[in-house]
Amino acid sequence: MLNQTKKRDWSVFLRGMQSVIGLLGLCIVLSILTPRFLKWGNILNVLTQTSLNAVMAIGMTFVILTGGIDLSVGSVLAFSGMVTAGMIHSGLNVWIAILVGLVIGTVLGLVNGLAVTKGNVPPFIATLAMMTMARGATLVYSGGRPKSNLGTAFGFLGQGKILSIPVPVIILFVVFIIAYYVLTQTATGRYIYATGSNEKAAKLSGIKTDYIKLLVYAVSGFTAALTGMIVTSMLDSASPNAGNGAELDAIAAVVLGGTSLSGGQGSVVGTIIGGLIIGVLNNGLNLLNVSSYYQQLIKGIVILVAVLIDRRKR
Amino acid sequence: MERKSVKRLLGVLVSLLLVAVLVVGCTGGTTPEQGEQEKKIGLVISTLDNPFFVTLRDGAQQKADELGYELIVLDSQNDSSKEYSNVQDVLQQGISLLLINPVDSDAVANAVKLANDANIPVITLDRGANGGEVVTHIASDNVAGGKMAGEYIVQQLGGEGKVVQLEGIPGASSARDRGKGFMEAIEGTEIDLVASQPADFDRTKGMTVMQNILQAQPEIDAIFAQNDEMALGAIQAIESAGRQGIMVVGFDAIDDALQAIKDGKMAATVAQQPDRIGSLGVEYADKVLKGEQVPTYVPVDLKLITKDNVDTLD
Repeated sequence: MLNQTKKRDWSVFLRGMQSVIGLLGLCIVLSILTPRFLKWGNILNVLTQTSLNAVMAIGMTFVILTGGIDLSVGSVLAFSGMVTAGMIHSGLNVWIAILVGLVIGTVLGLVNGLAVTKGNVPPFIATLAMMTMARGATLVYSGGRPKSNLGTAFGFLGQGKILSIPVPVIILFVVFIIAYYVLTQTATGRYIYATGSNEKAAKLSGIKTDYIKLLVYAVSGFTAALTGMIVTSMLDSASPNAGNGAELDAIAAVVLGGTSLSGGQGSVVGTIIGGLIIGVLNNGLNLLNVSSYYQQLIKGIVILVAVLIDRRKR
Repeated sequence: MERKSVKRLLGVLVSLLLVAVLVVGCTGGTTPEQGEQEKKIGLVISTLDNPFFVTLRDGAQQKADELGYELIVLDSQNDSSKEYSNVQDVLQQGISLLLINPVDSDAVANAVKLANDANIPVITLDRGANGGEVVTHIASDNVAGGKMAGEYIVQQLGGEGKVVQLEGIPGASSARDRGKGFMEAIEGTEIDLVASQPADFDRTKGMTVMQNILQAQPEIDAIFAQNDEMALGAIQAIESAGRQGIMVVGFDAIDDALQAIKDGKMAATVAQQPDRIGSLGVEYADKVLKGEQVPTYVPVDLKLITKDNVDTLD
């Protein structure tokens, strides 16, 4: 038994390392191909670009660890960003407007969770419905028009820097630390893994799995809304089409990071690495002047190969 | 045993992938010319999966080759945050001027400011920027085009009838402007706008939205679609519903639409000249870089294409 857990730790470690090796390999190849890749300015760009996807992907990791999926994140991002922009336009204090946006995202996440637990709707369907509803709500609320000119105080979130580090990167770091702590050091974290690996057993051992599921969808809603704040601030504009297809990038980051779509296995460390792989790939292919048609092809291949490798290992 | 072979397979796959990236990277990038270093111009374009923008890109590329510039093209895939990242990336590549075709006029402002901060002059193509400093804006006048289409419908219907409008992506400035021009044209006439719905500039959506409208409206005399893709989708819907006597007017004059006009399926389209927008972009970039004075707005002619003049076009 002891031996087995040790072996499992080792394989989990290896799985983590494999994506790190992939990331490092990618970076090495890119820095050989273009001298611009390793410039400090470019590295900050990559980190900022990654943070948009990775914050959301961390929330997605919580959901996927329980064996669920959240397709609504892109639309939740758009809706909460739009509402916050609307609140700022109506003269509300910026911080309260942000709070409102974050609460809305969390509540939409809770609705997802309720549909999944109380309504017994499969996560794919429940969040697909939310994806459409939240996008519709965004269009209704905005009348299809972007809301722009949100002021410098709000702009700090996406464009500001602290000690020359872009604020979105700092936000990502903080979110990551909290998520890492919760998943590895708390009972709630263990319950999340337990719910994902065997829900029945978890229930029998007294874990309130419904509560855990509500929690993870709320977390995902919150991180989607947080990303909405960052994007809106970065562009100084809430667009009704914001975050279209963002759920796919978030899921890709989680999967590239070695988290199993069937739940119970994975980590936010992996997700960060996965997010970085996507970010580095996007940036690197741009620097190399690769046509966007090939870029999508290459990204698809990378995701497929990574998952194939992961599958074979199990 | 099996594990070993899997690992080997893995190694082969990864190296294949890296080679692929390398090869694509090298061939995708333009080869540096002998001796004199070429001046680089960046072109960040809203999307390259629409023939209109592909033609715009081709026009720019042709002119760049002619004038001896290297053109770096990045595709924003209709996503403002992707556009922001693209501008960050292209600024890393030592360009001397940025041509940008914004996804959204509001959301592009901060990306333009990035270039302003780096002291790189910016020229906007087709869609303007509502912020940041832009040297000049090169575009066809979408309001005038919408009006042109509207006036044609008014004239053909003898000033009265029931009309449907298919709108572009909600929030896109081209959709707003074309709609505005169209409404100006039919205002004060006996033309009744019985339905006006977004179909997102998309042919499939144009078809499905039109199917719904056909169900709801027993009497329709004309349709104005804010682009040809939607117009062609609408024609399909009309044909499969077996309805007669509905005049369809589109916008953009893409090849399929011109063919439809020749075949008598479509009444008219408004021709923009995307290749001309692209080539003028590079031409004015050249002027700016040589220190010449340029006007703040360069209008590109529009033309109403009907059965009468469609053959003179190509």
